[in-house]
Amino acid sequence: MNPDQKKYDAIVIGASAGGLYIMIRILKLLPANFNIPIIVVQHRAKDERTLLEEVLQQKCKVKIKQADEKELIQPGNVYFAPPDYHLLIENDGTFSLNCDPPVNYSRPSIDVLFETAADVYKQRLLAIILTGANKDGSYGIKKIALQGGTTIAQLPETADYPEMPRAAISTGHVQLVLDADAIGQFLLNTMKNQDVC
Amino acid sequence: MIANEEYRQFLESVRFVYGYDFTEYAEASVIRRISAFMDGKKINSLKDLGKMVLKDETAFEHFIQEITVNVTEMFRDPFFYKSLRKNVINRLATYPFIKIWIAGCSTGEEVYSMAILFREEGLLERTIIYATDINQDALQKARNGISSITHMKSFTENYLKAGGKKSFSDYYKAKYNAVLWDKSLRQNIVFSAHNLAMDRSFNEFQLILCRNVLIYFNQSLQNKVISLFYESLCPFGFLGLGNKESLLFSEKQKCFEEVDKREKIFMRTK
Repeated sequence: MNPDQKKYDAIVIGASAGGLYIMIRILKLLPANFNIPIIVVQHRAKDERTLLEEVLQQKCKVKIKQADEKELIQPGNVYFAPPDYHLLIENDGTFSLNCDPPVNYSRPSIDVLFETAADVYKQRLLAIILTGANKDGSYGIKKIALQGGTTIAQLPETADYPEMPRAAISTGHVQLVLDADAIGQFLLNTMKNQDVC
Repeated sequence: MIANEEYRQFLESVRFVYGYDFTEYAEASVIRRISAFMDGKKINSLKDLGKMVLKDETAFEHFIQEITVNVTEMFRDPFFYKSLRKNVINRLATYPFIKIWIAGCSTGEEVYSMAILFREEGLLERTIIYATDINQDALQKARNGISSITHMKSFTENYLKAGGKKSFSDYYKAKYNAVLWDKSLRQNIVFSAHNLAMDRSFNEFQLILCRNVLIYFNQSLQNKVISLFYESLCPFGFLGLGNKESLLFSEKQKCFEEVDKREKIFMRTK
């Protein structure tokens, strides 16, 4: 089956340096009723509280919000990890946050989100690694692929900072390498194949 | 990967044998910490971990210290401290004698931050700070009053943003790669072990801080712990939580008023 024909319970995205611009490019393509929850770790300054969400919401139709402690994950939302907390997925489909030490010098860390999402969603998970200047997310990508999930990296040549997608690709566990427009199109395609609920 | 059923059995055994109850902690965080411990010790399964820690108390102690340690910083979320200065200090100053409980104090950075703030506000002499944590190693570090020098630059920035009135370096001596907090800050601090999941209230306080601890608990335990704080606060006493924490899962929610919504400072009003 083509990966865009599969059914997904969640989409996780990791981005670091250069992420805001590409995030806008992808998320603004999505309709307000996009039917798969999207959960994002974007590396951000710790004393910036909600600016990222506010900027994105102005450009996007789909609802953008910061993930709350114990919040139930629901379609139609794009959730962002809050600054200075790790974002984790619980088995009951809720978020939890923690203040454990930075992973890959990052809090929130992409690996922490990806690893816990892999445990919960297994093959019904789509993971995307975008621009960034470090290696965060690579370990998570591997774990997601090994659990049967789908993995995508931004085409490094099109990334402002190619190190992060490159590191993910070098694990050998990235299935698709796409530019921003193709990633957006991929998301729109997957939307058509979800269960009607 | 740790299977769910196995995980629950392991926590039940730990509770049965040692009385430490992690069954109401947020699972994803505990599982990550247990996995990290197992990786570090090259333990392959939860069954093997169980064999190791359930028979050997020393091994268990080591395990507990590793999975319950939290990290913190001086004046973390500086605007929280600024809000304390603005919204809470004046009212606390009306008490002849002030008791504060810092629950989940970890290695003590928040405790020393509060001691500095209360010194600058002229209240430290008539204040007692009870600082508690589940983790004995962390408590010992807190008692020693030594922090790594690594983060002093960001601590100093935090101190200034928190409305610090002096020079941050007045409060510590730096040597080699560590800093020693001014010993006079410590004279009214009582460090003691307390397990929020199991232990009861032990005094009545005008101010309780418990920041970034509740996020490690599930809703049911959060509710119990907020009730414990409620019982431990005097009427019109204050409760300060972490930036992303709330009273949402507490049956006592209506007994509190928001003093500062953004900084998560509440007052017991009923």
